[in-house]
Amino acid sequence: MSAMLEIVRLSKHFPVRNGFGRQTGEVRAVDDVSFSIEKGKVYGLAGESGSGKSTIARMIMGLTRPTSGDILLDGRNITGDTGTRAYGRKVQMVFQNPGSSLNPRRTVGQSIAVPLDAHGHPRSDRTRRIVELLEMVQLPAEFASRYPHELSGGQKQRVAIARALAVVPQLIVLDEPTSALDVSVQAKVMDLLVDLGRQLELTFLFISHDLSLMRNFAQQVGVLYLGKIVETGPTATVFENPQHDYTRLLLASVPVISAEEAAMRPVIPLIDGEIPTAEQLLALRNAGGPDSQRIEQ
Amino acid sequence: MNDALLSVRNLSVSFSTYGQTAEVLKDVSLDVPARSQIALVGESGSGKTVTMKAIMGLLHHPPATITGGQIFYDGRDLLTMPARERLKLRGTAMSMVFQDPMSSLNPVFTIGDQMGTILKYADRRLGRSRGKVERMARVHEVLGQVRMRDPERVTRSYPIMLSGGMRQRVLIAMALLSEPKLLIADEPGTALDVTTQAQILKLLKDLVEERGLALMMITHNLGVVRETSSYVYVMNKGVVVEHRPTAELFASPADPYTKALIGAVPRLTGGSGFGRAGAAA
Repeated sequence: MSAMLEIVRLSKHFPVRNGFGRQTGEVRAVDDVSFSIEKGKVYGLAGESGSGKSTIARMIMGLTRPTSGDILLDGRNITGDTGTRAYGRKVQMVFQNPGSSLNPRRTVGQSIAVPLDAHGHPRSDRTRRIVELLEMVQLPAEFASRYPHELSGGQKQRVAIARALAVVPQLIVLDEPTSALDVSVQAKVMDLLVDLGRQLELTFLFISHDLSLMRNFAQQVGVLYLGKIVETGPTATVFENPQHDYTRLLLASVPVISAEEAAMRPVIPLIDGEIPTAEQLLALRNAGGPDSQRIEQ
Repeated sequence: MNDALLSVRNLSVSFSTYGQTAEVLKDVSLDVPARSQIALVGESGSGKTVTMKAIMGLLHHPPATITGGQIFYDGRDLLTMPARERLKLRGTAMSMVFQDPMSSLNPVFTIGDQMGTILKYADRRLGRSRGKVERMARVHEVLGQVRMRDPERVTRSYPIMLSGGMRQRVLIAMALLSEPKLLIADEPGTALDVTTQAQILKLLKDLVEERGLALMMITHNLGVVRETSSYVYVMNKGVVVEHRPTAELFASPADPYTKALIGAVPRLTGGSGFGRAGAAA
């Protein structure tokens, strides 16, 4: 067992500037985050908007430079050479909304051909490879000549997955890959990802706000809150016995469809008859535990 | 008809474009009794939004045509009553909570301006009138009801100055301005983070219970259905495929589509796994 991806004390701070361009402060979008993903496993990053999950994805993809910290891919520090071709061959990404991540003026075949060309795949073999990739995501070969607007949301996301697979990557970053899809379509796309992961021995970094989905897909999970990982561990352990207040609040907020699920959600004390926000809950904890007098229930 | 507050009977709607006609609602019937909480659930394209629009009278003709059926509110058919009468009901006796708190609010007017205007015209439709000061008092009162801590500050704010959760609360407050009996909520909280969504759903449920309103929740999320409704209608391709008490639906779904839909939802307890997801699409 070795780590495919290792993130060591990664931070990204964005400067806050006033109207004259003078720096007046900084936002710690990602603050001292460390985790690692074993080869062939799925690591889930859970967090709400503003938690820094997309910034982490961007740094792994080389789209944003970290302020400090290291990213090790297969044991090699790649903080310097992210964005190079050799790196792009190993790490690929599937974006959230296939409607906007596929070029509407390119056919499916052309979209998949872009990474093939960029990475010097022989031209004579291109058509065969495109058909092969479409087959891998369970789409018929004639889809190569279609345009994105002719496809359904699920089919578009399959094309985005095929495009990510084109260069035979080792690590795929999935940024909310199914949040734009209906639940029945989501189930099929997730099935496909599970199968592909197994067949091709892929490692996934799975970014999502959907905790139910994460429970069923990721073996390890990290919960992000305001740029920090507040809790991490095997998914089953974190979900069944959450230690951090924020994890508990997140789990308690998920709308579920069965009594068993409802029973495993932590009970969050109400403040003034309302479900508290994360800030309120954590402030209360710091002020002396949830037994203070403002809590009713 | 029957004693339901809102009763939709055999509603059919078709859309025609470029000489082609598509039947998007076929014989849809549903009842919302007074003080009940019902849900209308379906995936995209199932017809749930068209049903809501037909009830609220927001369908555009063309392309939409109501080809058959009746919609009774309090025993009166909305589709045959004079337009003036119907206008009196909309936004007053029955109101809507919209989905997207960013695009449903006008960015260039303050919350107070927008709510004041809504109230002014609702009053006018009902043949009432009240002064500006009284209007603002009512706006503050309603903002307090949706648990806004500082209504005065909120009324002076522009939408961009409020968080997503606060904007959704403003939309709920707008729907409550004229003391409706029926609240139709179109995917409230979907655009929000999960913790904020939980707050909004709880607020909505509390308000509906406190004030004795009927709630019709339109959603694609089965979890939201379970937590907010006692009776549920499942729609697929313009047809109501199954309707029954919510607890029963989850315990023993009868229709194959409902079964597949419930089977496709990932479980928080894990173990549902993928690979046996049904062929719901």
